[in-house]
Amino acid sequence: MAKRIEAVGVTAYYGAFKAIDGISMVIEPKSVTALIGPSGCGKSTFLRSINRMHEVLPGARVEGKLTIDSQDIYARDVDVTAVRRTIGMVFQRPNPFPTMSIYDNVVAGLRLGGVRRKSLLDDACEKALRAANLWNEVHTRLNRPGAGLSGGQQQRLCIARAIAVEPQVVLMDEPCSALDPISTLAIEDLISELKNQYTIIIVTHNMQQAARVSDRTAFFSIDKTGDPGRLIEYAETAKIFTNPSVKKTEDYITGRFG
Amino acid sequence: MTSMTTIPTSSSAPLTNALRSRRLPVWALVAIGVAAAVLAVLLFKVAGLMDGGWVLTLVGAVLIFLIGLSVISSVVEGRRAARNRVATSLIYSAFVLALVPLVSVVITLLNKGRTRLDGTFFNNSMRNITAFDSGGGAYHAIVGTLEQAGIATLITVPLGVAGAIYIVEYGRGRLANTIRFFVDVMTGIPSIVAGLFILAFWVLIVSPHLSSTHQPFNSGFAAALALFVLMLPTVTRSTEEMLRLVPASLREGSFALGIAKWKTIMRIVIPTALPGIVTGIMLAVARAAGETAPVLLVAGGTPNRNFNPFEGNQESLSVYIYDQAAAATKYGPPRAWTAALTLVALVLLLTVVAKLLSRRTKLNQK
Repeated sequence: MAKRIEAVGVTAYYGAFKAIDGISMVIEPKSVTALIGPSGCGKSTFLRSINRMHEVLPGARVEGKLTIDSQDIYARDVDVTAVRRTIGMVFQRPNPFPTMSIYDNVVAGLRLGGVRRKSLLDDACEKALRAANLWNEVHTRLNRPGAGLSGGQQQRLCIARAIAVEPQVVLMDEPCSALDPISTLAIEDLISELKNQYTIIIVTHNMQQAARVSDRTAFFSIDKTGDPGRLIEYAETAKIFTNPSVKKTEDYITGRFG
Repeated sequence: MTSMTTIPTSSSAPLTNALRSRRLPVWALVAIGVAAAVLAVLLFKVAGLMDGGWVLTLVGAVLIFLIGLSVISSVVEGRRAARNRVATSLIYSAFVLALVPLVSVVITLLNKGRTRLDGTFFNNSMRNITAFDSGGGAYHAIVGTLEQAGIATLITVPLGVAGAIYIVEYGRGRLANTIRFFVDVMTGIPSIVAGLFILAFWVLIVSPHLSSTHQPFNSGFAAALALFVLMLPTVTRSTEEMLRLVPASLREGSFALGIAKWKTIMRIVIPTALPGIVTGIMLAVARAAGETAPVLLVAGGTPNRNFNPFEGNQESLSVYIYDQAAAATKYGPPRAWTAALTLVALVLLLTVVAKLLSRRTKLNQK
């Protein structure tokens, strides 16, 4: 089910601007990996290059090698939609489709991917909403607009939507930064449950959150504005937060810069 | 009672809370209004200043009200509050002013159009009826307008929306910019030029090949083509704006589910922008339904029924209005007014229906 992701010398550009430079790391299956670092250090760019969302922006491109269970994600004959189906994504701001009901939102990936059978969709909807800890709150009003939920519920709806297509990796780009502490707690609990089934990579600005939910942590940084982001240190979360081997990591997590 | 409760204030001024100030009561506003009206009537009607007519009196009353309000308000409430009052009054006046032509048009149409609003009007053409005959109707013109605007819409909507999708979702670089520029240029084409273009291109060059006698001929379809030329830029431009308003996060959310780009556009982007797109289309339809010049040029107009848009002269409501209004008899102009009322009602009806259809009905229900 869950898969191992390996990055070798991943470099990403926005036009002529080099956003990240030579990122190499191995992400283990069924674990939570947190990407931390100051703003503009390329965490999100790296995350978005894992499911080929980086190239959606005009002029953006990626060099280097990214593999999922040793299959090259950027190979010429790879179908982008298949990559994104395997590697799902949850965004910073909840983005439910405004024209769709809660039900339609959850099954959007399946339905627009060609699944027509009502019974299959019903099952997938319930399963995904239960996995996202949202079923009890919404199962009586599945035909109501998804945009009518609270922010935290919307974000869990987006997580349900992402896992309804049964990906093997879930990328989360600051999934809690627009949410209140209670909703954040709900999502963090959810992440801990999801890791039994999925490989999860989460970008976060909240270091306590990284310490709480992740198994391994990668620290990204830049030397100065305009320089590409680099991977400074990547290790077990406990080691990063208690005994980092690089001075810069220590400075960052103790709040001395960033 | 300790000395804590009696904070000394500055000398003799009464204790005032800094957050509160005196406000003009509602009756004062009404009084200023009544006084302004009385003063205006005295000045312009009774004293006959500047030959005072009713419009002048009304404008004078509003001006006197504004001056009186600003003076009294600034004395009682202070300058900031006075400016607020004057600005508020100006905005209300502007709103009323903007409503005047609209209400006037509707009332005039209802008033004058009512005389011929009968069964004969909706069931007869103008065949064998001259300007000196009573009776007659606009049946043929209503059908003509519906056919011409309908065909034009059928051609315009797919092409216009597709063009907008290309510009917003696919177009990159010079080609997309060029297309957008020419769409803008086309928006400014006078309708008579569109009519002349279709006359030269379709009626004179293409249509001879379509007839057995090899003679050029007018048709409702040619009028529809001219209307299409006029509608296309409006539809493309408004659709483009609406598509741009759809947040990029929705497209990304869809891509991240492994949904292909064209499906994202068709099932996520277009439905989200649909109400706005429909509004743009209805504006274009309304404009097309009211066009006279190109229809006159290439469909020609006729007093007879011709339901076949592909052959022969065809009438439209706007051409009918033009013909009847020009007839200096007691029968022509009433027919023109009723036709005008019919045209407005038709456009209104189409707009309401389109709006209802494009509403997210499924989601708005409980």
